[in-house]
Amino acid sequence: MSQSLEQLQKEFLYEKTNSCVQCGYCLPVCPTYATMGKETHSPRGRINLVKMVGEGKIKDVSVLEEPLDLCLGCRACETACPTGVEYGSILEAARAALVRRKKFSAPVRLLRKTMFKKVFPSSRMMKLTGNALWLYQKSGIQKVVQSSGIMKKLPYHLGDFEAIAPPAVSPAERKQTPVRVGAKGEKKYTVAFFTGCIMDAMFQRINRLSVLLLAEAGCDVIVVPNQTCCGALHAHSGEMEEARHLAKQNIIAFEKANADFIVNNAGGCGAMLYEYGHLLADDKEWADRAAAFSTKSRDISQVLIACGGMPDLQPRSGERVTYQRSCHMTNVQKVVREPLELLTNVPGIKFVEMEEANMCCGSAGIYNIVHYDESMDILDEKMKHTKATGASTVITTNPGCLLQMKLGIQRENLSGSVRAMHLIEYLAEAAGIS
Amino acid sequence: MTSAHIEEVMSIVKTGRVLTDESDRFSYSFDGSFGTYLPDAVIQTKNVEELAALVKFANRERIPVYPRGQSTCLSGGPLPVKGGMVFDLSVMNDLLEISEEDLVAVVSPGVLTADIHKAAEKKGLLYPPDPSSSHVSTIGGNMAENSGGPRGLKYGVTKDYVIGLELITPEGEIIKTGGRTVKNVTGYDLTKLIVGSEGTLGIITKAVLRLLPKPPASETVMAVFNNLVDAGSAISKILSAGILPAKMELMDQASIAAVENYEPLGLPVDAEAIILLELDGHPAALKDEVKQAAELCKSVGARDIRIPQNAVERAEVWRARKLVSPAIVRIKPTKISEDATVPRSKIPQMCERLQQIRDKYNVHLVVFGHAGDGNLHPNIICDKSDKEEMNRVEQAVAEIFTAAVELGGTLSGEHGIGTMKAPFMEMELGTVGLDMMKRIKEAWDPNNIMNPGKIFPEPGQKLELS
Repeated sequence: MSQSLEQLQKEFLYEKTNSCVQCGYCLPVCPTYATMGKETHSPRGRINLVKMVGEGKIKDVSVLEEPLDLCLGCRACETACPTGVEYGSILEAARAALVRRKKFSAPVRLLRKTMFKKVFPSSRMMKLTGNALWLYQKSGIQKVVQSSGIMKKLPYHLGDFEAIAPPAVSPAERKQTPVRVGAKGEKKYTVAFFTGCIMDAMFQRINRLSVLLLAEAGCDVIVVPNQTCCGALHAHSGEMEEARHLAKQNIIAFEKANADFIVNNAGGCGAMLYEYGHLLADDKEWADRAAAFSTKSRDISQVLIACGGMPDLQPRSGERVTYQRSCHMTNVQKVVREPLELLTNVPGIKFVEMEEANMCCGSAGIYNIVHYDESMDILDEKMKHTKATGASTVITTNPGCLLQMKLGIQRENLSGSVRAMHLIEYLAEAAGIS
Repeated sequence: MTSAHIEEVMSIVKTGRVLTDESDRFSYSFDGSFGTYLPDAVIQTKNVEELAALVKFANRERIPVYPRGQSTCLSGGPLPVKGGMVFDLSVMNDLLEISEEDLVAVVSPGVLTADIHKAAEKKGLLYPPDPSSSHVSTIGGNMAENSGGPRGLKYGVTKDYVIGLELITPEGEIIKTGGRTVKNVTGYDLTKLIVGSEGTLGIITKAVLRLLPKPPASETVMAVFNNLVDAGSAISKILSAGILPAKMELMDQASIAAVENYEPLGLPVDAEAIILLELDGHPAALKDEVKQAAELCKSVGARDIRIPQNAVERAEVWRARKLVSPAIVRIKPTKISEDATVPRSKIPQMCERLQQIRDKYNVHLVVFGHAGDGNLHPNIICDKSDKEEMNRVEQAVAEIFTAAVELGGTLSGEHGIGTMKAPFMEMELGTVGLDMMKRIKEAWDPNNIMNPGKIFPEPGQKLELS
């Protein structure tokens, strides 16, 4: 591969690094700078490394791999940045440039190919995964496995995650998921629902409740056929071509629905959908269609608020609730007010904001699996603040955060007294919908 | 440094980390100014004895040592210009004790300045120095550079609040200077010598800071002027009338326009200048002072006076001032932030000189800053990839310094000399004045290992921005 400086500058988006004035305002908001304690793992440090490649001072680009790999991509630095550095774009481009140059070992290459090209994008594979999870939980294998101690021996600490997996949905129940639901009462909007891959496989119940809540609030809901994975996991791992491919597939699928909004319930997916316009900006044929898609994309909390909030919620009895924000909802979609408004409008709750509420919980896609120890350091910080609120319910708005917070609760031995829930589950509970 | 050197460093550092990977070395090669300089190793330890042992070793082997906070410096203070070891003192952030009875804070160097503000305020006290970067800069860095901030007008700068230090000398000894008393005249005032010495005389490992009772209330006044020189007159009018605002900030037309383009806040874009005042003190006295200040501004030609009525409105007004820096870099990517300072009475003349420099070199020059204490921030917005432009910028910057010194001012009000302004030192201090400073440096640091390459110009050194 050509290594001319110009080529490197182009691939690594050197131009964009010039807007970083190295003021360091990003340092206090960066979770990895806080836990890892060195500039190499700060946004400013990472941007500088890319800059050094662009200036020809770093010749061996592989020295960037670890610092960039260990970034959560939470993009809190973008929110803090006074000069509007496009950190997300720089990170994405640099990762893609590194992946192009990297020689993965044969098993890793196979695993990446299988996961990125065969599993996440395939609704059949994701359904199979969901079904396998159900079979595993219901057949009694789970009990045997858990008592055998074998979980401790799994790679990537997968055993820890196994214990917090949500109750699976049976294949029969899965088939009952509505594909079209009419608005209750006066119709306010027609919305197309984005199911997501992991949401669909593991949190099918939250998806079903989302559809019901949208209808309850006054939306005609269409679950669009032929939709696929949003591509976020691909983009974050430097697999840009695959991400673009998936985006196009989704654009085609949702154009047919002709809805007012394209609604999702997962902060991470939402951010990706929100950025399709940016992802395909250089593709003449697709740029406009992608931008139109992104303009219509909304988090479910935005749509519920646009409908006037949730009607008929049952009062809670002084329950203490705290809220772990999804980074991608806060820092990319900039959806901050609506989830909080929905939550605090639940009658009778005592809402307690945690310290450093905007810090990432360490979930970050598959970060908690591939960088387990680093992720747990970040989670420990988060749990310190969560515990300090004394809340018995932790609300999240992203599947990754939900699992991570469940893991945190388990690690702190709080499973008996604290629960983690998706905002949608909580609202459904308060609305008496199950 | 040789590999034997690195091994010896590793044997000394038992409780921390020694970073030598290329990615780590590059990550400690820059600050908020210009230039990239690779250190051979970066050391992170909270242990003062280990640091002292490292300095002893460095002094023996003639290896340069650079103390570093969070590297937000705008003048090149922490840059490892001659290789060697960077000591990352931001990890020493554990000690922050407030003593209400002695009215002092005792801190370790890595504590963030904003954390000191918060801790003091919790007890009804105030640590006045407030550099704009306080939420990210460390107190150690603030002391090294003798940082200022908007409140400098009424309350002074960092050095006015440091009364005691623990320091590692360039020969690796640990000494104490000053103490916990405001009055202390025992011997030379080494505390004042160290604060602002930009890390060239030693490494601060602990400090005692003076605190004040927090003023009970504050008010804000915004005055809008059609003429920059009138704004300058208003500043001296208010001060000579016996009113001492906590802050007195100036924004010129270019800054106002930049902020409005960046985020519309309803600022008057046709005005040539805005002055923002913050007055603090007893509520009854404040009411009177606000009225008086407003009248004085009007008497010298202010076309509009705005007095925000609540905390939200006040915050909005100050937000405009805070947005100047981010707003102007949207125009072009490179920002040369200067802090040439002149006597207050010379502010109108300095403004005129700046406008001439802007036109002469055809550079995008924006003026804002702490007008009340003469500490202006002429900022040149440019593009460092444009060599021809940068050449003009270098000449313009040099002329800004000349203008400040000619008007009886100084090269730096709060950012420090570092690498950026070293070439101009002799212009301000004279040959003998600079030589006296060098002799102090030579006496403290005979082997010139402590943050070399800063303050004092190398023979033939010139300002280079590209």
